[in-house]
Amino acid sequence: MTLRDTIYRLLGLQPASATTARERLQLVLAHDRSDLNPELLEQMRREILEVVSRYVEIDLDEVDVSLETEDRVTALVANLPIRRAKAVAQPGVKATISLGVKGAGLAAGNAPSSPEPELASSAEATSDGATAAEAEQPAAQAIQPEPAAETASLEGSESLS
Amino acid sequence: MTPHRTRNILICSGKGGVGKTTLTANLGIALARQGVRTAVLDADFGLRNLDLLLGLENRIVFTAQEVLAGSCRLEQALVKHKQEPNLALLPAGNPRMLEWLKPEDMQAIVGMLAPSFDVVLIDCPAGIEDGFKNAVSAAQEAIVITTPEVSAVRDADRVIGLLNIHGIKPIQLVLNRVRPKMMANQEMLSVNDVTDILALPLLGLVVEDEQVIVSTNRGEPLTLSGSGSPAAQAYTNVARRLQGEDVPLPDPAKMGRGLRAKLRRLIKTKIFRQQ
Repeated sequence: MTLRDTIYRLLGLQPASATTARERLQLVLAHDRSDLNPELLEQMRREILEVVSRYVEIDLDEVDVSLETEDRVTALVANLPIRRAKAVAQPGVKATISLGVKGAGLAAGNAPSSPEPELASSAEATSDGATAAEAEQPAAQAIQPEPAAETASLEGSESLS
Repeated sequence: MTPHRTRNILICSGKGGVGKTTLTANLGIALARQGVRTAVLDADFGLRNLDLLLGLENRIVFTAQEVLAGSCRLEQALVKHKQEPNLALLPAGNPRMLEWLKPEDMQAIVGMLAPSFDVVLIDCPAGIEDGFKNAVSAAQEAIVITTPEVSAVRDADRVIGLLNIHGIKPIQLVLNRVRPKMMANQEMLSVNDVTDILALPLLGLVVEDEQVIVSTNRGEPLTLSGSGSPAAQAYTNVARRLQGEDVPLPDPAKMGRGLRAKLRRLIKTKIFRQQ
């Protein structure tokens, strides 16, 4: 350990490398242990996107589907920011659409205090809400569509259906 | 009298270079010294080295390959250690064996060793490919060896998963190349970190010891001379624990602080620079 490291450590600027090592290991082992090879994970990602995009238009650049682990429990965390709602032929879907626009983000693991908890398409086994913070960024961008946009998309959807 | 049952123990790590072969050689000698009839089987056909670490490289006539082909008897291929006659090495054959070697072949070899030995240590190749699968098929229990580094621990975790699939039990852990000072400074994964992550019982803790390199240079495993070096003691204790003896594990925080350790360092202090 160099003097610089010691000073940084004392000032709390840098965690001990053993801590970093432990955290990185736990993350990578979550992937390894789930025994999902990258192709399977990619296939699952595509299928999840396919299903969700039947209902809403997803910002494909911001999509994040990943595995996380805590206390030896591995969770699939999906963060799918919504650009706008799509209308679907089935009745009763309208409510889902408007919710989607309001929430503007299908963030898995939203904190329970979230205004639209029913939106959380959470595939998480743990409820630590760790990803809520991550979800905020894209959600903030996607929250823009004003009521007008909603109607527009609904109208468009009618022609679609 | 209970019927004789040979323990076939796989020594594996996933990652290369963490000390599988060194552990096999030292554990083999230590067990033999404790009166256990031990065979060490080099299952690393691609890159064999066990013969070299045991100092037996010049005495190999036949290998596992000839035994399997039926061109020699098992006793002809086994190389007995001169100082420790309880220990015998079955050398790995030609790397080309990898093309045709099957799990059944490994099981056949281990089956042939069973009547004459109490313990068969199988030195597993690195990786998790065919060589590993062949070796694991011949074992009932395993020792996973790793170092407190992220890459080694990750690979060990993969291997443990595969051992579980193969129904290997028990699986025990040896943590190698421990640096107590770095652990105390929290610049190295702690013993608890590793055992918590891998969720295995700890069979041994080996501190980083320069004497290991010296011993491999000479082809005389550290446990052979009964030297008091920290690694030699650790390997001997692994052998004792493996036989069910209750030997307490050292606390890395207290390693190298005792009076004996200080005296040992003093004795080894170089007074004159050689050359």
